[in-house]
Amino acid sequence: MFRILSSRMIVPNIHLLTIEAPAVARQANPGQFVIIRAEEEGERVPLSISDWDRQMGTITLLVMNIGSTTGRLAALRERATIPTVVGPLGNATEIENYGTVLCLAGCYGIGSMFPIARALKEKGNRVITILEARSAYLLYWEERLKAVSDKVVHITRDGTRGFRGHVGRLPEIIKGFDEPIDRIYANGCTFMMMRSSQASRPLGIKTMVSLNPIMIDGTGMCGVCRVRVGGATRFACVHGPDFDGHEVDWEELLQRRKTYLPEEVVPLQTSGCDQHAHIVKETVDG
Amino acid sequence: MADPQPKKLDLHRREMPKQPPEVRQHNFSEVALGYPIETAVEEARRCIQCKKPTCVFECPVEIDIPGFIKCIAQQDFTGGVSILKNKNCLPAICGRVCPQEEQCEKACVLVKKGGQIAIGRLERFLADWEAAQGVLGIPAMPPSTGKRVAVVGGGPASLTVAGDLIKSGHQVTIFEALHKMGGVLIYGIPEFRLPKAIVTREVEFLQSLGVELVTDFVVGKTRSIDDLLEEYDAIFVGSGAGLPWFMEIPGENLNGVYSANEYLTRLNLMKGFLFPKYHTPVKFHKRVVVIGGGNVAMDCARSALRLGAESRIVYRRSRQELPARLEEIENAEEEGVIFEYLTLPIRYIGDENGWVKAIECQKMELGEPDASGRRKPVPIEGAIATFEVDAVVCAIGNSPNPLIGATTPGLTIGKKGNIEVDEATGKSSRDRVWAGGDVVTGAATVILAMGAGRQAAKSIHQYLSSLP
Ligand SMILES: Cc1cc2nc3c(=O)[nH]c(=O)nc-3n(C[C@H](O)[C@H](O)[C@H](O)COP(=O)(O)OP(=O)(O)OC[C@H]3O[C@@H](n4cnc5c(N)ncnc54)[C@H](O)[C@@H]3O)c2cc1C
Ligand SMILES: Cc1cc2nc3c(=O)[nH]c(=O)nc-3n(C[C@H](O)[C@H](O)[C@H](O)COP(=O)(O)OP(=O)(O)OC[C@H]3O[C@@H](n4cnc5c(N)ncnc54)[C@H](O)[C@@H]3O)c2cc1C
Ligand code: SF4
Ligand code: FES
Repeated sequence: MFRILSSRMIVPNIHLLTIEAPAVARQANPGQFVIIRAEEEGERVPLSISDWDRQMGTITLLVMNIGSTTGRLAALRERATIPTVVGPLGNATEIENYGTVLCLAGCYGIGSMFPIARALKEKGNRVITILEARSAYLLYWEERLKAVSDKVVHITRDGTRGFRGHVGRLPEIIKGFDEPIDRIYANGCTFMMMRSSQASRPLGIKTMVSLNPIMIDGTGMCGVCRVRVGGATRFACVHGPDFDGHEVDWEELLQRRKTYLPEEVVPLQTSGCDQHAHIVKETVDG
Repeated sequence: MADPQPKKLDLHRREMPKQPPEVRQHNFSEVALGYPIETAVEEARRCIQCKKPTCVFECPVEIDIPGFIKCIAQQDFTGGVSILKNKNCLPAICGRVCPQEEQCEKACVLVKKGGQIAIGRLERFLADWEAAQGVLGIPAMPPSTGKRVAVVGGGPASLTVAGDLIKSGHQVTIFEALHKMGGVLIYGIPEFRLPKAIVTREVEFLQSLGVELVTDFVVGKTRSIDDLLEEYDAIFVGSGAGLPWFMEIPGENLNGVYSANEYLTRLNLMKGFLFPKYHTPVKFHKRVVVIGGGNVAMDCARSALRLGAESRIVYRRSRQELPARLEEIENAEEEGVIFEYLTLPIRYIGDENGWVKAIECQKMELGEPDASGRRKPVPIEGAIATFEVDAVVCAIGNSPNPLIGATTPGLTIGKKGNIEVDEATGKSSRDRVWAGGDVVTGAATVILAMGAGRQAAKSIHQYLSSLP
């Protein structure tokens, strides 16, 4: 059993959980994830490790409440326990001194980007962070990211903060920087990572994305997390989750993620929370 | 007590009652119901108690088969259980899933006359009888040696190692990646063939002996083998063959194309057929094609049927070459699984939403025998068959998961991704590290995994005893 030490909603629909998981905390590295089960009957769902404290033996997760498991997690209070937290899974993000690195982060990816940006900074990179959200009130962890970045820029869909629009504006934003970008990291929903990759491709800047297909075991046993990268089938849990965004077959990934959509809506409807159903619909419609 | 040796040879093998096909098609409860006491005793009395029991020679763990059968004939079930458990710590499991027709029963002297003793069913009978008595006796345990062993993976190879070593007085901890112990017995083999309660019972028995069980722990990720070597005197790796193969044909990543592991794990480990009470969804498909011909393929096809689908097995050779157990092939046939022999998938066709809608196959004929001695299927030019489907399950095999090899320097890994070990002892190329089961042999059988576990336990015990 793993104890929840704290749980709170930090912006609408995004919950910050601190969980006691010493074995995971001891080994965690930027870019890795855990698989959790919220209860005995629960599904196994992957969540990025957004921070950890090796001494305290705790990990921090940022959970976007979009479905049955994330909904249950969000409802858990301090001292509650959950039966499974296994990890750290997946490969750590490759961190070298590349020069100037652009970190693009949106929704729960803002959390998972934080340790990556920190490690990049520690390696001596110049780090420019771009935070993306639907609206300014959905931005979080800005102070934390500022502390590990040389510059922080915002993009909001409604223009309430920084640039208006989405990551499709990347080329002009980069032009405005007046400095060459050597590498891009993008963490966020699949659409955002796809758009980031599409926008950076003509600029010829290598763009690493952290893929989020459906998973079960997270150890390479079930094969459900397979994605096509550079024409070859790869298992995101053991070969990834980081891949070169220019090589990913995005259409296939988006399609495969929808496999259980009709089924996932059942428990949402039966739990009577139409706010969630609405969010699921929105995410799927893009 | 009745005479265990009848005068005349009785070649009439006693049938085991089963759920009727039209009933079991619709449920996940166990198909075979086990012998009632009288039938078990009758069947046991048919055994002629050979002086040189050929059946025993073919048993990978050398159970004293005539010995336990004699006990059943004499209605001394307690005695039978203890003979059985002397060599096999998981009889309720082996009695259900071992390929007896290829092992002990094939070697029974009565096989020539078509009346081989139903050794597997009798084994199962005793194990179930013991369980029905309620309390499992806990054997007297030796004093602790203070030596510690880490066991990686919770499948049959590991469970055997753990049982043997704890009974020799060593401390044992099993680390399992999933949230439940049992390996394939829990996540792969379906409830209707091996009730999960039986696996759980065996695991709880080990726990009652003092084996420490740690779930949700991925060796190679949560801690490495080298980390564990700092805390433990020896390590056994029984991590199985978990990495599914795909055929690398067009359309394989369409929605609705599953690996057998995904399909079975959703149902067994995650109990998806009870969705939404259990939260892992499964699809109730209308037409499912399963590719392959082994036990895994049978399990998938029969599961699909139980979820309400028209279920079809597509296999590239003929019925004779099906690698699955005969009993399970017959069960599948009775239940209504359709078999397409000499048929090889070459392409999946998707609909506009990215879902598989048809599967295109090449018809084959059998040619000359190949290296495996089986006649090789060769394509019949121009003969194409197409099946409309809404799901495909790929059950063509698995290779060992590369995780441990990749994170353990100095561990010799073979061409097929298997851990290489000394055959007699299970010793790997790394000091203090042993391995056995599917991770060494590739996908094999429960009893072979247990046999490998037993050998390794012997060698580990020898090593630990040599320590100061
Ligand atoms: C490596 C990895 C790391 C991840 N890290 C995080 C993280 O740090 N924080 C976090 O909140 N999520 C993360 N995810 C996504 C997360 O695993 C899923 O959102 C979660 O499984 C949903 O579970 P659920 O039972 O609540 O939703 P479900 O009941 O499964 O319903 C969700 C439905 O909504 C759809 N959907 C819409 N948007 C998404 C989305 N972004 N991801 C998945 N499904 C979506 C799906 O099609 C799905 O059918 C990660 C995924 C991966 C593979
Ligand atoms: C569907 C199906 C049906 C079958 N039917 C039969 C049958 O009828 N008869 C028969 O004899 N055999 C059958 N088999 C084969 C048999 O189940 C296997 O040969 C046997 O289970 C192998 O045992 P094992 O202990 O080597 O590994 P497994 O049973 O595979 O167990 C390995 C365990 O190790 C865990 N693990 C893996 N990596 C790690 C890690 N890094 N850290 C921690 N844990 C890890 C896995 O999660 C798993 O639980 C079947 C197999 C399948 C898949
Ligand atoms: S070979 Fe057959 S008849 Fe002989 S001892 Fe074994 S089971 Fe009995
Ligand atoms: S999640 Fe099962 S193979 Fe990746």
